[in-house]
This record gives sequence, structure tokens and C-alpha cells, in this order.
Amino acid sequence: MSRMITYAEALNEALREEMRRDENVIVFGEDVAVIGGAYRVTKGLLEEFGSRRVLDTPISEAAIVGMAVGAALIGLRPVAEIMYLDFLTLGMDQLVTHAAKARFMSGGQVKLPLVVRTQYSLGRVHASQHSQFLAPWFLNVPGLKVVLPSTPYDAKGLLKSSIRDDDPVLFIESGVLYSTKGQVPADEYLVPLGRADVKKTGDDVTIVAVSRTVIEALKAAEKLMEEGINAEVIDPRTINPMDWDTILNSVRKTNRLVVVDDGHKTGSISAEIAAKVVEEAFDSLEGPIIRVNSPDIPVPSSQPLEKTFMVSAEKIVEAVLKII
Amino acid sequence: MSDVIVVGETSVDEYCDVGLTPREMVDMLKQMLEIRRFEERVERLFLVEGELIGPCHLYLGQEAIAVGVIKALTNEDIVVSTYRGHGHALARGVSMEMLMGELYGREIGTCKGLGGSMHSAMYVKKNILMATAIVGSGIPIAAGIALGLKYKNSDNIVTCFFGDGAATTGAFHEGINMAAVLKLPVLYVCENNQYAYSLPFSKSFAAGNVAEFASGYGLRSYFVYGNDVISVYRASREAVEEVRKHKSPVFIECRTYRQKGHGVYDRALYRPKEEVDEWLRNDPVMKFSRRLVELGVLTEEELKNIDEDVKEKVEKAVEIARKAKVLEFGELFKYLYSSR
Repeated sequence: MSRMITYAEALNEALREEMRRDENVIVFGEDVAVIGGAYRVTKGLLEEFGSRRVLDTPISEAAIVGMAVGAALIGLRPVAEIMYLDFLTLGMDQLVTHAAKARFMSGGQVKLPLVVRTQYSLGRVHASQHSQFLAPWFLNVPGLKVVLPSTPYDAKGLLKSSIRDDDPVLFIESGVLYSTKGQVPADEYLVPLGRADVKKTGDDVTIVAVSRTVIEALKAAEKLMEEGINAEVIDPRTINPMDWDTILNSVRKTNRLVVVDDGHKTGSISAEIAAKVVEEAFDSLEGPIIRVNSPDIPVPSSQPLEKTFMVSAEKIVEAVLKII
Repeated sequence: MSDVIVVGETSVDEYCDVGLTPREMVDMLKQMLEIRRFEERVERLFLVEGELIGPCHLYLGQEAIAVGVIKALTNEDIVVSTYRGHGHALARGVSMEMLMGELYGREIGTCKGLGGSMHSAMYVKKNILMATAIVGSGIPIAAGIALGLKYKNSDNIVTCFFGDGAATTGAFHEGINMAAVLKLPVLYVCENNQYAYSLPFSKSFAAGNVAEFASGYGLRSYFVYGNDVISVYRASREAVEEVRKHKSPVFIECRTYRQKGHGVYDRALYRPKEEVDEWLRNDPVMKFSRRLVELGVLTEEELKNIDEDVKEKVEKAVEIARKAKVLEFGELFKYLYSSR
């Protein structure tokens, strides 16, 4: 049996189920307890699990992430919320230089089963300081796992796996997707980290898209169908580990690749995927790889301008038509 | 310093009231000597033999703090150390071979040679869960460990060491405030050696002392003469009891002096000579050994023998570390993730 629930509700279920399952799972962050999170992802957790396991913290991102590192070192499975991905820059030292390094630099003495949940608000008219898609930065951080769900089903299954994972996980949600609905099984399930999902199969072109842009890629694929082009849409779901096999096999089949994500084009996730495909499957390519990204400027606040700035189904269609 | 508890130097007459047996006091001196001789040898390995390279921050002059604080803890209490951590590790009983092995980048090292001097104190089997090289960053991590201990209803506490340089970082203020509002069992120990690299404390910190600052966050706060191991121990014992009993953070500032440069290559010529001489006259190891002889707990002869034994132990650690092997490069990848 499955139900239609929202992306935010799916995340909430994941947290509840894991907290019921494992006493060591605790949740803390700004405004997560009494009001249930700025976007209500932690709604009702305080009521069910009490203030021992669900804690409101001061506005102290470095201390929130640092506290997650400490709690993980002593055997808890903390899930820390950072309200906006932009704010994570304030906790960057703890995530990048501590969480991602402690196991390695100690010669494997410790494990750090922590999750930092956050969201990016591109598409919600939040201006330059609340809309940044900083996910590609973390491609350059060995030791960190990075998860970017695009559907309620994936959001729930991936969050559950992230909480059970013994390594630090950065779990990046998409703010505009919180209210989107999808089928989610009533029975328990997990989505493993490191496995891409083929959201739509096709033979003519591979479109790899991440997080919110998966939805745009699927819309684009529909439009392309009208023109007789059958696109395959792949959602890596986690960018570290990246499921290279699924991406490379698809390109070997379709011989064409368009890569899409919400980051600025320079140094984007798309750039990394394009480079890898050129390295490993150059002979399969029958045309250039096209990246579809935000331009290399901060996001404008004005709604029509933000819309023009963002990746859209139209831009993806245009990219595909360039190489077919 | 209205709210701050000041603990000055302890006179020899008061030694008998501290509650330490003569044997315990001799053991404490031995630990201080171990740190002293280890660090002196390390300095020569860098500057004379040139066998060691990379960043290394000596604990010389601060021996009384590691030994005095750690003596007040149980073995189960957790320690968070720093890049100036050799002293913490030795006081906690980490073997010299492993510590020296880490400095040499060998597989026998505490961190298998992957951490080096700055992380060498991180040794989980002795409950040192972190040795961070980013100034101040251990402070919120200690809060997190304490959150875990409190959550598990443990009687153990966390002790977090850091320097005066850490007191000016955001992590200090976020971390201390967090520990205070969430009431977490941490003993914060600021080893104020009066220099943040080249910057004297008077030019780096707007308030006169760090203890008062912590007091402002509502922490019970001590200002201790850090070159007297007995004073450090007395204050720590009381502070540890407070933390354990009230499950809330307590703060200790130990005023001491960094006898050498920030790192081993730093000659620290920016310090006034009179200041250096004054603090060298108050050397913590010399001070404590003289007192114990004065007290009749130890003869000059016994002191000499202990010192010789310690030097021999250090030399043996060097020999072992020198000959030890380096981890295979291919092995590195398995230390990155617990699960993949």
C-alpha cells in the first residue's frame, strides 16, 4: 500500500521511524523543536520524543555542526538541521575539516554517524544569501557523503539510510520541493546511498539531473517525446558516492549527454559528470556534452528575473536539441 | 574578577592538606618530566638532527596543566586535545613509542602516521576523542560529546583543552554558550600561555582574562596560577566535582607561559627578554621538583634517577619510532569511510 504525501511529510516520517527504531538518534538545530522547523520537517517530533531527543539550539551554526561531531564521536546518531544551505558556510569548519577528516586522520579510530540536514531555497524569491546551491563544493571533500533527493519516495528512503550510515552525511533538501507530492509506501523501505535512479528510460539522449532539476528534466523529456526524441533521465540521488556505472552505461547506450543542476556553471556537479564521461566513455559520444546550469552570477531576487536565472525544462529541451 | 574564583600558588605547607600521597606527587612529577624530556628531544629531532619535519607545537612550560588537570579526572572521562597536545597524551598515559611513532609518521603511531604531531594526542583507547588543529574548534565538539554523555546518563565528563588564542574565535563563544544553555558536563580548560602565535594576550583579548568572560556566560569560573601543578590539581578537582554533580560546564583559566615559539621553528624573538626570563625562573617542573625535595618526599639522588630513567625511555621511543615502518599507501583508502 502506498499513499500520496509531500516531500516534507516523507522526511518527517523518516525521522520519526528512525527515532522510534534507534534510541541513539537525536535531532537538534535552530527552531526544530517547539515550532517543528522553519519548514516543518521536524513537526511533532518534540511531542513524540520529548526535549531530551529534540533540542532547539541558539543561532550558532558552528556549534550545531560541532556538537553533531562530538555527539557522533560518543556513539549517538545526531541529525542536525541547518536552516539554509547558505548558513552552512558558518559551520563549514566542523563539517569539512572535522567531520570529514576525523576518521581518516586518526587512522580509522573513530566513526562519525552524523547527518546534517539542510535545504536550498532557489526558486522561492529568497535573494542571493538564501538561495545558494552550494552542493558542488562538497564534491571536493572526501570523507563526506552528499545526498540530494528529488522525490518524496527518495527523500524518505535516503534519509533513513543516511541516519543508519556510519559516516557523515550532508543531506541537502530542495525548499521548492517540500510541498510536492508523490507515492510513498506505507511499509518500511530504504533507498541505498550511492545508487542512481533511472527516472525515465530512453535511447536517444541521457539527461543527468540533480535535486529540483530532476523535475524539470522529466518535464523536458515529455516535451521531447512530442518531437520523437526518447530521453533517458537519471537522478544520481547521491553525488558522493556517485553511481558512475549507471551514468556511463546510459551514455554508452544513448551516445549523447546533457547534464543539469542548480549550481553556477563553473565548477558545477555537471562539470564533474561531464569530465568523468569524457575520461571514461569518450568513444561513445556522438556529440558535445552540454551543461545546463545557473549563470555565473548571484541569484536576483525579483521573481521574473529569478525565473529567467534558473534551470528550466525549456532550457533542457534547448540543450538536447543542440546535440541531436 | 568578582565572580571568578582565584587559585594562586600553593605553599609547601599546604601540600599535606591537598589529599595527595607522596607517591602520587612523585608520579605527577615523573609525568611532568616525561613531557619535559620528550618535548626537548622532539625539539632536537627537528632542529638539530633534522629527522622530523612539519608543524609541531611544543608543550614546554605548560606541563603542570596537563598533569594537574588530568590527575583530577577518571580514566573514563573524555579528553579533547589540540595541536599542542603531546603533553595531554603523555599525562593520559599514551605510550611514548606510539606518540613518537606518530611524529615520525609511522604505522605504530597513535593515528598510524596519518595525523602527525598536531593530531598525535587523538587516541581513543585512552579516551582522547579529538585533537584538533583548528584553533577553538574543539570547544563545540566537546559540547557534543558532553551532550552524548548526559543523554546516556553517564557520570563521565568531558575535559576540553585550548589556548588563549581560541578565546577570540567564534567557536569559543558559540560553544561555551551552547554548553551553558544546554547544561552540558564539560570542564573547559583554557591554557593561557599568553601568546596566540606572535600576538601577546594583551593585544588579542579585550578583557583582562578569559575566566571572567566565561563567567559572563554563567559558568562557574576559576583563574589559576598554571605553573603550579598542585594549584592546577586543586582547582581541577573542585571543578570536576562541580561538573559531575551539576551536569553543567565549568571553566578554568590557567595562566602559564609558552617557553618556546608557537611552532618548533619559531624562535619567538617578538617576546621581551625580561618576560621570558621571569617565567623561566618560575618553571613548573623545576618548581615542583624543588618543592618535593624540600618537603622530603624525594631526595636529590632519587630525582636524578627518575630523570635519567625518563631520558632513557624517551631515547628508546626514538629508536623504536625510527625503525618502525610506514603504512602502505594503498591502505589509506580504507580509513576514509566506515561503510561504502
